[in-house]
Amino acid sequence: MKIHSGTARSKKKGISYAKWGYIFLLPFFVVFVIFQLIPLISTVYYSFFQYFRKGLQIVGPNFIGMQNYAKLFATDLPKYFQNTLLLWVVGFIPQIFFSLLLAAWFTSSRLHLRGQRFFKTVIYMPNLIMAAAFSMLFFALFSDNGPVNGTLISMGLIKQPIRFLASVSGTRGLIAFMNFMMWFGNTTILLMAAIMGINPCLFEAAQIDGASGNQMFWHITMPLIRPIMAYVLITSLIGGLQMFDVPQILTDGTGSPDRTSMTMVMYINNHMFSKNYGMAGATSTVLFILCAILCLLVYFVMTKGSRDQEVS
Amino acid sequence: MKRRTNAVVAMALAAAMTISLAGCQGGGGASSAAATSLSGEAAESQSSQAEENTASSQSESEGKVLNIWCWNDEFQSRFNDYYPDVQTVAKDKSTTTLKDGTTVKWTINPNKGNNYQDKLDQALFRQESAAADDKIDIFLIEADYALKYVNSDFTLNVKKDIGLTDDDLSQQYKYTQDIATDSNGALKAVTWQATPGLFAYRRSIAKKILGTYDPSKVQEQLSSWEKFGSVAAKMHSSGYKMLSGFDDSYRVFSNNVSAPWASGTTVTVDPNIMKWVKQTKEFTEKGYNNKTTLWDDKWSADQGPSSKVFGFFYSTWGINFTLEGNSLKTPVSEGGKEQKGNGIYGDWAVCAGPQSYYWGGTWICGCKGSDNIGTIRKVMKSLTCDKDIASKITKDTQDYCNNKAAMDEIASSDYKSDFLGGQNHIKLFAEVAPKINLKNTSTYDQGCNEEFQAAFHDYFNGTVDLAGAKKNFEKSIKEKYPDLTEVKWPS
Repeated sequence: MKIHSGTARSKKKGISYAKWGYIFLLPFFVVFVIFQLIPLISTVYYSFFQYFRKGLQIVGPNFIGMQNYAKLFATDLPKYFQNTLLLWVVGFIPQIFFSLLLAAWFTSSRLHLRGQRFFKTVIYMPNLIMAAAFSMLFFALFSDNGPVNGTLISMGLIKQPIRFLASVSGTRGLIAFMNFMMWFGNTTILLMAAIMGINPCLFEAAQIDGASGNQMFWHITMPLIRPIMAYVLITSLIGGLQMFDVPQILTDGTGSPDRTSMTMVMYINNHMFSKNYGMAGATSTVLFILCAILCLLVYFVMTKGSRDQEVS
Repeated sequence: MKRRTNAVVAMALAAAMTISLAGCQGGGGASSAAATSLSGEAAESQSSQAEENTASSQSESEGKVLNIWCWNDEFQSRFNDYYPDVQTVAKDKSTTTLKDGTTVKWTINPNKGNNYQDKLDQALFRQESAAADDKIDIFLIEADYALKYVNSDFTLNVKKDIGLTDDDLSQQYKYTQDIATDSNGALKAVTWQATPGLFAYRRSIAKKILGTYDPSKVQEQLSSWEKFGSVAAKMHSSGYKMLSGFDDSYRVFSNNVSAPWASGTTVTVDPNIMKWVKQTKEFTEKGYNNKTTLWDDKWSADQGPSSKVFGFFYSTWGINFTLEGNSLKTPVSEGGKEQKGNGIYGDWAVCAGPQSYYWGGTWICGCKGSDNIGTIRKVMKSLTCDKDIASKITKDTQDYCNNKAAMDEIASSDYKSDFLGGQNHIKLFAEVAPKINLKNTSTYDQGCNEEFQAAFHDYFNGTVDLAGAKKNFEKSIKEKYPDLTEVKWPS
């Protein structure tokens, strides 16, 4: 399709289609500003106010400066942050391990696995279930007289039911396991895409040179999928820091036992009982800053090599 | 040509994204139960009714829609079954049509996690600007947070605004009015039920261990906490559990406190509640209970046929609304009958237990801004003041109604409950109901009760020590109620 209405437009020195780009971007930015940016700014804004409900009475908003933050750092905030990080790490380690393994297997030309589509669908399946429903399911499965205990008892492996949700390791373990289950399929697909993006000539050349599968993985695959690894790590970290629905449902919002599975967002949610926008805002702001710092850290560490190359 | 197709596709995608994002924002708030569609049958009868009734004076001045907010179907079924003006009920139960053509719209939001109150509060704040037919006319409240609404301007004065007379209200138990009276002495809500608590136990286990299942003789052996403890030891040595879990005896202790939970900015933990902690810890360590928590599935199973648990502290509604359903082997939904032979139906009996207490209860509030005052008056009058209706509800459902005359009549009659092995439990309720004291309530009760139980579960489970549990309670109560800043423990 050639441009034939040239005479009218030639005055404008050619045609710029750039404006269409902006027009198509507009809906996103409108939605972003209304539903993301304004709430974000108002969260920070209200974190400097005393603003909550006392019964049906609304207290505030009264400006109180940094008092919410002072109060916040006097609480167990570091503990909830540690809980959150721990729950994420314990889930993420098996997640990245199995994802790498599966991605390497699925893409390996030597193994040439059959029924790949089936497996890919199956491992992605847990991600399709709502986290809350998944958590509810585990709550029922692992309850004191749930099917897991029932099976173990009838097999004669245990005599008394194991009270998973009354122990720290049981509860944390289940949360981490659920997060692993939900996300390893997704990560596998991402890593597979990354591996398949590598030029096959490299593998062939290595094979001709007599490299073993192991060597190829560590010296070719791993370095070349680093940008995607960084992406996986950062998105998973953000998701992990915002962990909420799984522990919230599993522990009924208490973070029990002894608040050891109380995550940052669950703590924010606790403040919403009295619609305490001040404290909830302050906690959210702190979480935002911590999240940003960690993500920058991960980004710079993970991409150090490739950025050095670009500079040179 | 190609470029244009791309533009169209891109536009469509962008629009789709906008819509789906907006959809996400709005999705959570809508209440699923607030269905507005009428089933065909009900709609038809409504329109024909409306035509017939256009001349009637009441329907002219009153709104055509009565909005009722509640958290489960308990009141809904009482209303549909016993309110005399009910004409038809929609198939999905989302609406009820009254004889004068008024449509009753039910909005049911589950209670759990403060959900009901959150939604209700939102709607109340919108009440003034809402269209007449969308305004809430009646909402229900529970004892634990009744004061929050009773002391607010959103509830109508039962006598002045709604128009019930002292004479109408004379047969109600006084405690049911005490809790619904605001700080200026105005009555703001009424209830159809009184909720004295009893100890429900298994006849077969009592016969085996205590030698008798006769309620008065069992009561002798359970009349104080010391005796209760020694029966628990006997149960344990024969392989039975005295109670199901941690929370079962909580209400008995928490109702017999000497002061409200909170006053000003201070929470005061009553010595009697610490007695609950002590007793429950002891029971847990000695294996007298099954370590369940209230409403969990094991707790429900402990009320069923394969259970080895001796008894439960239950108030009136618990017996007909919860215990009876749990005791059946084949649930009603699977075709089971509520009769002897199905599970442990008939193996239960009730006695007063170590201390008198109450648990729960639902109050009806008229909402400010309602355009259906006449209907509200009629609903309140017939369901909470009418002796015949009260008597009928109790006889049909075993619920205990808020009408002294009706209850005393049943108590002295030969009424008996098949579920409770032929016992006239109304007689026992009638004895304990006047003893209920609701003086020590505060607006913070719900949060305090929930958080206290949750914090001490960890202590009973052995994951924290006593000091740790106390600290956790302090933390959560201050999170829940930012205006409470101090927690005092009994020395």
